[in-house]
Amino acid sequence: MKHWMGFPMFPEQASSVAGRVDALYFFLVAVSGVFAILIFGVITVFIVKYRRRPGKMAVASGHGHMWLELVWSVVPLALTMVMFFWGAKLFFTIYTAPPGAMDVFVVGKQWMWKFQHPEGQREINELHIPVGRPIKLTMISEDVIHDLFVPAFRVKNDVLPGRYTTMWFQATRKGDYRLFCAQYCGTEHSLMTGWVHVMDPPDYQNWLGGGAEAGPMHVIGGKLFDQLGCATCHKNDNTGRGPTLVGLFGSKVTLKSGQVMQADEDYIRDCITKPNARLLPNYEPIMPTFKGIISEEGLLQLIAYIKSLTPPQAAKTGSETK
Amino acid sequence: MTTSEPTMPPVHYLNCDYSIRSWLLTQDHKRIALLFLVSITVFFLLGSTYAGMIRTELLTPNGNVVSHQNYNKLFTMHGLIMIFFFLIPSIPTVLGNFLIPMMIGARDLAFPRLNLASWYVYTLGGIFTITAAVAGGVDTGWTFYTPYSSIYSHTNVTTMAVGVFITGFSSIFTGLNFIVTIHKMRAPGLTWFRLPLFVWAIYATSIIMVLGTPVIAITLAMVGLERVFHIGIFDPALGGDPLLFQHLFWFYSHPAVYIMILPSMGVVSELIACFSRNRIFGYKIVAFSSVAIAVVGFLVWGHHMFVSGQSAYAGLIFSFLSFLVAIPSAIKVFNWTATLYKGSISYDAPMLYALGFIGLFTIGGVTGLFLATLGMDVHVHDTYFVVAHFHYIMVGGAIMGYMGGLHFWWPKITGRLYPEQWARLAALVIFLGFNLTFFPQFILGYLGMPRRYHTYPAEFQVLNVMSSAGASILGVGYMLPLFYLLWSLRRGPIAGPNPWGAKGLEWLTPSPPPTENFEQTPVVTEEAYAYRPEENASG
Repeated sequence: MKHWMGFPMFPEQASSVAGRVDALYFFLVAVSGVFAILIFGVITVFIVKYRRRPGKMAVASGHGHMWLELVWSVVPLALTMVMFFWGAKLFFTIYTAPPGAMDVFVVGKQWMWKFQHPEGQREINELHIPVGRPIKLTMISEDVIHDLFVPAFRVKNDVLPGRYTTMWFQATRKGDYRLFCAQYCGTEHSLMTGWVHVMDPPDYQNWLGGGAEAGPMHVIGGKLFDQLGCATCHKNDNTGRGPTLVGLFGSKVTLKSGQVMQADEDYIRDCITKPNARLLPNYEPIMPTFKGIISEEGLLQLIAYIKSLTPPQAAKTGSETK
Repeated sequence: MTTSEPTMPPVHYLNCDYSIRSWLLTQDHKRIALLFLVSITVFFLLGSTYAGMIRTELLTPNGNVVSHQNYNKLFTMHGLIMIFFFLIPSIPTVLGNFLIPMMIGARDLAFPRLNLASWYVYTLGGIFTITAAVAGGVDTGWTFYTPYSSIYSHTNVTTMAVGVFITGFSSIFTGLNFIVTIHKMRAPGLTWFRLPLFVWAIYATSIIMVLGTPVIAITLAMVGLERVFHIGIFDPALGGDPLLFQHLFWFYSHPAVYIMILPSMGVVSELIACFSRNRIFGYKIVAFSSVAIAVVGFLVWGHHMFVSGQSAYAGLIFSFLSFLVAIPSAIKVFNWTATLYKGSISYDAPMLYALGFIGLFTIGGVTGLFLATLGMDVHVHDTYFVVAHFHYIMVGGAIMGYMGGLHFWWPKITGRLYPEQWARLAALVIFLGFNLTFFPQFILGYLGMPRRYHTYPAEFQVLNVMSSAGASILGVGYMLPLFYLLWSLRRGPIAGPNPWGAKGLEWLTPSPPPTENFEQTPVVTEEAYAYRPEENASG
């Protein structure tokens, strides 16, 4: 934390956007400060200069002046439009993950954070990441709404039950940074905190090498796929009673209703949990729902497996959308 | 101004009948205003007690005064009571009820029975709320976010939602009454552009009350249906959508902020004009800006949802509209400032509150720009920055206006003056205490302290201690008026009809006014705030 005269004033800047957020903050503080001082200054001068004196009447200030009203409407409007465009530009940077970002999967529940790396490592309330690489979090909640917030990175996003949200950041400095749940989620909301450990890439590789007995996520997902009997219908050579899942991820799917959908993470999740809402032409509606049978982690593993059935280039569009 | 010794009228609305029945069945808008004054003061004291306990707990990072669950109940009950049972009704039901008929030269509101019904409905809603509090409270936060409120919370959510649902009808009744009264019952000669700006502000507020309140009522009813009957509306596990709740909730609750602040702006216009002896600069623009705020205020709700999973393009539109709604507020501040120019300014307590309002509202307003800025909001959303911002608007703004108005019209309401020096002291203490309480919270928020945290990292403690120290000063500041205003009821000097030398029809009648307000319906021949007669001639 940065201090000024003993008071903490700013959180550390540890991500690629932190400096840009702070620059915008300084601009906003400067504009607000100038305006506030201007107004308070003018008021102070007026209330002293025009204080009531015996025998002195007010001199009418008139009914208003069009040009004055115009000036103090247009100038603030122009300034706020600068804020609007600057803020919007930065927002889209914060919002849009760069291609090739490293995936980490997050499940929030009352009151803990569960992280899973594609290589299979899992951790609770701690997240290890390499410095200098964009990290994309795909997040979902098991129960109520949570929100993952890392002040040093200047990013946060709500974590919803029932569908995935994403956020991304690129850490620029090694160190340990606090993460908070920022959306009130019940009794132990203030204990739903943890740490992001930003490591040198070699250290991160070492850390990855430490665990993951079960193998990478898509391998675990593949085992789950077999265990649940998915492969009986979804055969890779498209001879089963259900469609093949090879090449599905990132493709465009035309539903029975005629609706065209992008097969992204949410689409696959919905197909598994509410198959009847995603009926396909030429297939019987015979798939049972797996809602409540597979945990959120399991769903993420299945999605990782289904993703792995698509060659990386074909999946490009899918992983870039939010 | 006053020359001879002022006297009390022998018969007025307060002493015409002392029976309990005459109060509980009154149809006099002035008596109903006092019923509301007593009720909302009770809720204000209750809400303040919760606030005091919150600030006591946050003195230390470890959460060693109450349990997690009880802390969550404290901030929930604080928010619910202060917003739905104090801030929203405060100025409209007390000052609005008392003043709207008098300011437009009418004998009463258009529907006196509906007005009394509004108080009973409010009281019934209040009983449900107190019941929920006594039964163990609610822990959802005042925002009732689903699916926590509808499925996961084990507290008295349904009782509380019923309380808020019922109280909403009080808002609707009162708003409807004001709209009809202002349209149909203005005295001869009192055209729209001769109305005091307080009337314009209450008119704009009433529109929001009538259009917005049904939405929160329906939304809370749906939370109740999901909670009690497991009808899937908001919980994805039941096939619902949690963001739908947020859209519906903020569709009312953002405009609700304007229900709280617009009446205060109206009061401030009256105070600035009277104590600077000037017509409000740019009268029409100030009047229309109230209406503009009311209308555009309905289109900005999505700025509460920038990081909620709402589409980024929706965020873009809501950010843009939020900047637009800031402009009429800024215009008002500039016009009040310009009104002081070449005035004849006195520093009576109501004026100190009005100046305090401008200062605190300005800070609340500009920090609102931070939150409307998309890339900035991502970092400060759901932190203490937001807590500080809305307290600057809702306490620094709305309550300063309410206190200023209460002091200004106290002589009219009671016939007696409050002790001026004590009142000035209280205004100063409130202003200083408020800033010490809430300014450090802006910094806390930027540092990243999330709101609604029972325990927090030790590095945030210094700023929290400052905030709690400020809260104790603020508490003293609020207790002072409670004592000296009660004292003045018997001991205050007799006020006379117009102790401030103010313009406006309410000052033409004795203090306290007779039940029928005016002996003869006044005829209006001049514009509002004609403190300088030649102003009218110049047009």
